[in-house]
Amino acid sequence: MGFLDRLNDLDRRWIFLMMGLAVAVPIIVIGITGKTLPELPTPLAKATFDVLDELEPGSKVLLAWDFDPASEGELGPMATSFIRQCAQKGHRMYFIALWPVGGQMIRSSTSRVIGRYYPDLEYGRDWVDLGFKAGNEAVIKTIATDFGQIFPNDAQGTPIESIPMMSGIGSLADFDVLVNVSAGYPGSKEWVLYAATPLKKPLLIGCTGVQAPQMYPYVPLQVQGLLGAIKGAAEYESIVNSWVRGDTFAQALAQDGVDGVPGSILTKKFPRSISEVDQWATENAGKGLDADQVRGIQALSPTQKELLVDIAHDPEPAVFLEAQRRMGPQLVAHILMIILIVMGNVIYFANRRRGGTR
Amino acid sequence: MNRQNLILFVVIGIFAALVATRAFVGDGMGRIYSELDSKEFVKVQIPILDQASIGEDTGDAPAPDAGMEEVWVPAQSDDGREFRTADSAVENWNVRTQVPAREHFAGDNPAVSLDWVRTIGLWSAALFTLAIFSFLYRDNPVYKVAESVVVGVSAGYWMVVGFWEMIVPNLLGKLVPGLVQATVLPGLTQLDPHWGYLIPAAFGVLLLMRLSPKGQSLSLWTLAFIVGTTAAIRMVGYIEGDFLSQVNATVVPIYQEIQNADGTVNGYSTFWASVRQLTLLIGVLACLTYFFFSVEHKGAVGKVAKLGIWFLMITFGAAFGFTVMGRIALLAARFEFLFIDWLWLIDPAGDRVVASTAMLMGG
Repeated sequence: MGFLDRLNDLDRRWIFLMMGLAVAVPIIVIGITGKTLPELPTPLAKATFDVLDELEPGSKVLLAWDFDPASEGELGPMATSFIRQCAQKGHRMYFIALWPVGGQMIRSSTSRVIGRYYPDLEYGRDWVDLGFKAGNEAVIKTIATDFGQIFPNDAQGTPIESIPMMSGIGSLADFDVLVNVSAGYPGSKEWVLYAATPLKKPLLIGCTGVQAPQMYPYVPLQVQGLLGAIKGAAEYESIVNSWVRGDTFAQALAQDGVDGVPGSILTKKFPRSISEVDQWATENAGKGLDADQVRGIQALSPTQKELLVDIAHDPEPAVFLEAQRRMGPQLVAHILMIILIVMGNVIYFANRRRGGTR
Repeated sequence: MNRQNLILFVVIGIFAALVATRAFVGDGMGRIYSELDSKEFVKVQIPILDQASIGEDTGDAPAPDAGMEEVWVPAQSDDGREFRTADSAVENWNVRTQVPAREHFAGDNPAVSLDWVRTIGLWSAALFTLAIFSFLYRDNPVYKVAESVVVGVSAGYWMVVGFWEMIVPNLLGKLVPGLVQATVLPGLTQLDPHWGYLIPAAFGVLLLMRLSPKGQSLSLWTLAFIVGTTAAIRMVGYIEGDFLSQVNATVVPIYQEIQNADGTVNGYSTFWASVRQLTLLIGVLACLTYFFFSVEHKGAVGKVAKLGIWFLMITFGAAFGFTVMGRIALLAARFEFLFIDWLWLIDPAGDRVVASTAMLMGG
């Protein structure tokens, strides 16, 4: 029996085992080393970020979490990053769900991000969990004109009249942006058809890979930002992470009296040692820093400089790297997939050439 | 047993041995720790506040309204301290909050202990995951048990959700709001009965006639209503969102001028944006031609239709690629759960610093 014949008769369980190893080994390697693959954001991921970034702080953002634990691995990182950007920017977040277990997804993602990293945000003023409502697209159709009819209470049963941030919310038209993270029906398609299109509201979508091809035609007129599968999540995650670091850096400098320093200045290799900060500031004079800012940075105390070094170089919390961590297994598994497809075709054409029956 | 089956059994055996070994190496595996926090609640009478003033961010305290209400509040809250009396009822509420395993290993907090309930849940999740994976070897009783549990739990969950999220608030809450507020939904504010909801209640009863040996045809009235309203809602949405808007998005100039920040034309971006628009137009026309069966697909029409097939095939290929990516992401998430939460092989969040693989290897 030749090599091709052996491959032809290969038990498919060896394929499963190879795929399992292709996914498992990178996870362990990345888990031990902490290194992730670099992500080069595509225009769609940038557009998603820009829509939320260009809003004034305090804008009203509706976040519909229409997924369940079965798709959490793909969509959870997107949900995390959406919340992180909104929380950092100071937007008001209104969470709803059209899937029965979407309520648990809301609690899980808000506790991971808001509970742990933005504890100063106040429930009822900065964010509110309105929970799950049954009714699929009928819910969207109704809240497009009357929000209180479907959501008279929040998830804990508190009447919305008692929730300060619900003041002024009469319908979907009162929100500045709609964000939907969806794993199927009801989900992204319904938000496009019954909310974004008739109301002409900006809509940002994070969806599973299965849904993504159906959503692309809606970009950019009906959908302003689209994150397709874990790749879109990883790109968006990397943008949000670097922006949050830059924003925190700029805020720390502003607290020290050095105003107007763009967060993007961090990309110019901020030093790891406080003794090099003065030299770095001098070298970047005119390249993002004006003379006053250079003098302000050089005048900082060692403690203040140490804080800046920490902000610039502290490792990102693991919860904000989930999507990027999962791109390692993607790479190896896709290479294996390509090899298997090529081998399958080689075997097919070889058999046909030999006049085989397969 | 043939040779391949034998090898696979050996692989599974090695895996099982590794898991068993892992349980006794270092700090073990698969445990969840939680911190016990006992909270005291007190029943107090507090003044009812003017609700209208709460939503307005005036900076002033809400104005007291007439009357008092009796509520449970945390004993250490402002209301608890201010309104508590000697006669106030007191209840203790124990809350167990999950904490990282390192807090247990540090050993300086006696309130942190092994959480058996969550640990059993973790092991159940891990074993059910492996049970589902076992189908990759072949269909087997373990897989069937896991599959049946998923189906049964899902059905039960949907029934409970349907009752509490649909029947109670949307039907009973409209017909007998006072009773519903007093028993299960204290947050219900609309207390006037809406007798119009008797009509959907009647439709619901008619739908249940499908279960009756006689009178099944009565359920068709309800089904007709559901089909009619759903079709109407979707037709409007699809015409506006899918048809008109998509035509609008396609019929745009082929030449797409992209400008730089200084107002000059960016030739590179303009060229590729125009190519993209041209490709979109050709693709739409070619695919429409392929699905146009009133003309025989011969000659020029046949060639355009063939081009349409190519566009469709590329679309299907992209969809397949996305699907593969999605499935691998889900597999990666399950493996992460097994490696991080169950086996404690890796610890990206640093939740068990002293129990991580790096420590086991002397790192």
